[in-house]
Amino acid sequence: MSNAKKNDAKNFAVVNHSVPRADGVAKVTGTATYASDITLERMAWAKLLRSPFAHARILSIDLSEAKRQPGVIDVLTGNELGPLHPYYGHAVKDHPLLAIGKVRFVGEPVAAVIAEDELSAQEALDKIKVDYEELTPVLDVKAALAPGAVLVHGTEYLGGAFRGFDDFTDFPGSTKNICQDVHVEWGDVDAAFASATHIVEGEFYFPMVYAYAMEPYVAVADYDPNGQLTVYSSAQHPFMVRHDLAEVFDLPLNSVRVIVPYVGGGYGSKSYTKIEPLTAACSWKVSRPVKLQLNVEEAFLTTRSDDARVYIRTAADRNGKLVAKQATIHLNTGAYAENSPMVCRKAANRIVGPYRFPNVKIDCLAIYTNTVPASSYRGLGAAQITFPVESQMDELALKIGRDPQEFRLRNLANSGESIHPGLRPIDADVPGDVRIAHEVLCSNGVLAPKHGRSVCCSCSDAGAHPVTLAMVQVYADGSVSVLSGSTEIGQGSHTVLAQIAAEEMGVPLEKVRVLGTDTAVMLFERSTGASRTTTLMGRAVMEACREAIAQCKSMAAEILSVPASELIEERGGIRHGKDWLTWPEIMERYFQMEGCSIIGRAYLRRAGPFKSVPIFWEIGVAGAEIALDEETGKISLDTLVTVGDVGLAIHPAMTESQDLGAATMGLGIGLFEELIYDGQQLMNGTMLEYRVPRFSDLPRRVELRLVQNQDGVGPYGAKGGGEGSVNPIGACLANALYQAAGARIRSLPLTPERVWKALQEKKAQAPVAEKKSSAAPKPRARRTRVRKTRAPKRRA
Amino acid sequence: MKIAFELNGKPASLEIEPRETLAEVLRARCRLTGVKLSCESQVCGTCTVLVDDIPVSACTYLAYEIRDKHVTTIEGLAVGNCLHPLQQAFLDNFAFQCGFCTPGMILAAKALLDENAGASDEEIIAYMSGNLCRCTGYLGILNAIRQAAAELQPHAKQKKTGE
Repeated sequence: MSNAKKNDAKNFAVVNHSVPRADGVAKVTGTATYASDITLERMAWAKLLRSPFAHARILSIDLSEAKRQPGVIDVLTGNELGPLHPYYGHAVKDHPLLAIGKVRFVGEPVAAVIAEDELSAQEALDKIKVDYEELTPVLDVKAALAPGAVLVHGTEYLGGAFRGFDDFTDFPGSTKNICQDVHVEWGDVDAAFASATHIVEGEFYFPMVYAYAMEPYVAVADYDPNGQLTVYSSAQHPFMVRHDLAEVFDLPLNSVRVIVPYVGGGYGSKSYTKIEPLTAACSWKVSRPVKLQLNVEEAFLTTRSDDARVYIRTAADRNGKLVAKQATIHLNTGAYAENSPMVCRKAANRIVGPYRFPNVKIDCLAIYTNTVPASSYRGLGAAQITFPVESQMDELALKIGRDPQEFRLRNLANSGESIHPGLRPIDADVPGDVRIAHEVLCSNGVLAPKHGRSVCCSCSDAGAHPVTLAMVQVYADGSVSVLSGSTEIGQGSHTVLAQIAAEEMGVPLEKVRVLGTDTAVMLFERSTGASRTTTLMGRAVMEACREAIAQCKSMAAEILSVPASELIEERGGIRHGKDWLTWPEIMERYFQMEGCSIIGRAYLRRAGPFKSVPIFWEIGVAGAEIALDEETGKISLDTLVTVGDVGLAIHPAMTESQDLGAATMGLGIGLFEELIYDGQQLMNGTMLEYRVPRFSDLPRRVELRLVQNQDGVGPYGAKGGGEGSVNPIGACLANALYQAAGARIRSLPLTPERVWKALQEKKAQAPVAEKKSSAAPKPRARRTRVRKTRAPKRRA
Repeated sequence: MKIAFELNGKPASLEIEPRETLAEVLRARCRLTGVKLSCESQVCGTCTVLVDDIPVSACTYLAYEIRDKHVTTIEGLAVGNCLHPLQQAFLDNFAFQCGFCTPGMILAAKALLDENAGASDEEIIAYMSGNLCRCTGYLGILNAIRQAAAELQPHAKQKKTGE
């Protein structure tokens, strides 16, 4: 695309600079409004009664006493949803607003009390009497797949809005506890394994984890019986929520308004529809605005990541060239599909990694169980599978007797090479990225005893389905509004989109404002996820600006009575010979009135530069040096390096901060985080018991590098980032542990207990232990120059 | 019950229920929604406010305990349009993304620097470990506190010598 090369990187006025955040002052002064801060006139509060059983039939619910409680307005159950369509889900419509007939996990909402205040609603929950008949629960994937297993659903559901899209081609139905199955295959895997010289195989486990967005789920709904529904929500994907609400309430799209103020973190956990339809149903029931504010313990019971059991084998020929990969992935999807069918699809695609494999065979199943529903989690399937893939790359290298980095570099696909038949070729320099990370680690010098180092990488088909619509409004005073349906979730979209608009319109950044999402005003954007906003919405804003400029050009042609072809667009206006008209001058002279504005718009769809999928490959490259305390099994991170291969960083400092944030989430999964079930019950669903990374986990040395080759389809060659570096961390830690102590652990997190046990086992079999590698892996001769990697730019 | 206290430098008096937490009173009765709630169990530090310059978790601190004390929330830190050096340092260092932990983070850091303007990295890390951030990985926050400390230190010294 010629646009990408329009500006030389050095000539950018606004983009590629770490300008102040658009939401900065509001966020440091406490004036930033989040959905939890919204209060409406006559607003009532809802509280949820949750199931104590993982699998049970609801025999009866007695609400009489609860309804008599002071302050209680009404109580809603699954039996009283009347004319509403009570099931929702964008992939599978299997999720009831409230349990209907049956509960399918401990914590499933069974009834909602709506009261004048939060406390009255809370107190009335105890007065609801529910009679259950307990059923045998299906608590893990093994049980779910066993012959004659009890069925979590056992009914056929309708496909959701995304059925039939390229990522959800078929839906096997829920009759075998299988929510989704995906098969990826090319070449002849069996023959390749039969003739391979070196093979490693193993089973890996990636835990169930909780995103802990610090703002728990919240919605405020106002159902107007005249047929208008307004919902304020902490949702990442307001347009998908609108879709589900329109279906549940059978309303036209113009009658459902979803407003998303600032969002207090998401990391995937706030994608798609969560509590909005239930909150809206409460409002429908009492004909008043209703707020449903979950607490963190309830958020633990709302969404988690799919945990993954991965059986994987990888083969290489005698020259150390990869020849085949085969894997079976079992995702524990929990009680409802949510976005797990997509996680399933992506895990199957992404397990190939950024490597050249002539033969591949992958089977991935998303499996229903009677546990908290799993859905999107940062990395979307990639974190789950990168741990086994990159652990096994090290295992295979060591088995062959090669240095793991050298082995990776030998097999990594170069820019322009295809790794997946039919998909876009790799649009990144993965080998170069890996070398950068490796050089940073090597600059630590000789490896200290009980230290280990590893660089790992991942490669994700990112961006999701490209449908992104945007408008910019250019005002008669030269100020500009960007109307974008992307959610400002902390990633900095309000800043980055303003930078792009300022760059294109040639106006100072201070003159651009990005409005918060309101589906009544903004055009459709499929989602804020899959690292797509800079690439797709950024590109849409760029094109919308160019359309507005084209309109100004026509106006200028009329004003000056000259053909438009004689006019030249010049920073902030239009030039004709010596005449230079600014946007305000053009509008004032054209409309002959002050205060007007024009709209530029762009409709991106799967066409042109976005015809080929994925929209871009999101690369995750990270390196870690760990220090091991052999006595306790405690691992601490000494050095962390991330490499963001982002095409062009519209905002370098925020891009780096995203990489560090993602890597830190990876560190949490690598070392501490795991949701633990004991039978039916989630045992550690509180922040007292669920340990996430703290200040004191900050590594001694952090290096955040950016690679900016302008090789993406986004504005100025940009492509997405912010998820990649969550993926490699688990494998980095496991590989570094192996280097430090010779123990290979194939389950995360690497808790002190797990590591200590592995060290004891290692000691017990010491006589037969394989020779431990004692030195840091030697980097290959550094003959490749790193292109356009820049030091972070900071504001003075 | 009726309580009188000082809120962000101004005298205040309120009718409250004895069971109400400070966070509930500040958010619902005073409409100071810069006070954020997350874990509600004194783990995450998000709801941190200052009571007589000491950081407390407003989620579990009973409101009646602020009687005759000074309460500082994030809304009370800037003087007019002039940001507190910590607020400016958080902006300069991109020390937040979603911003939900930021009010508590800034107030905890203020308590630290008021007490120990020359805090070392180790002291900053130890003091701030009661405040969680899920977005940034903490480095930007550390850099912000370092910057504010460097800025505040001469003032602190001046104050001391002035006395």
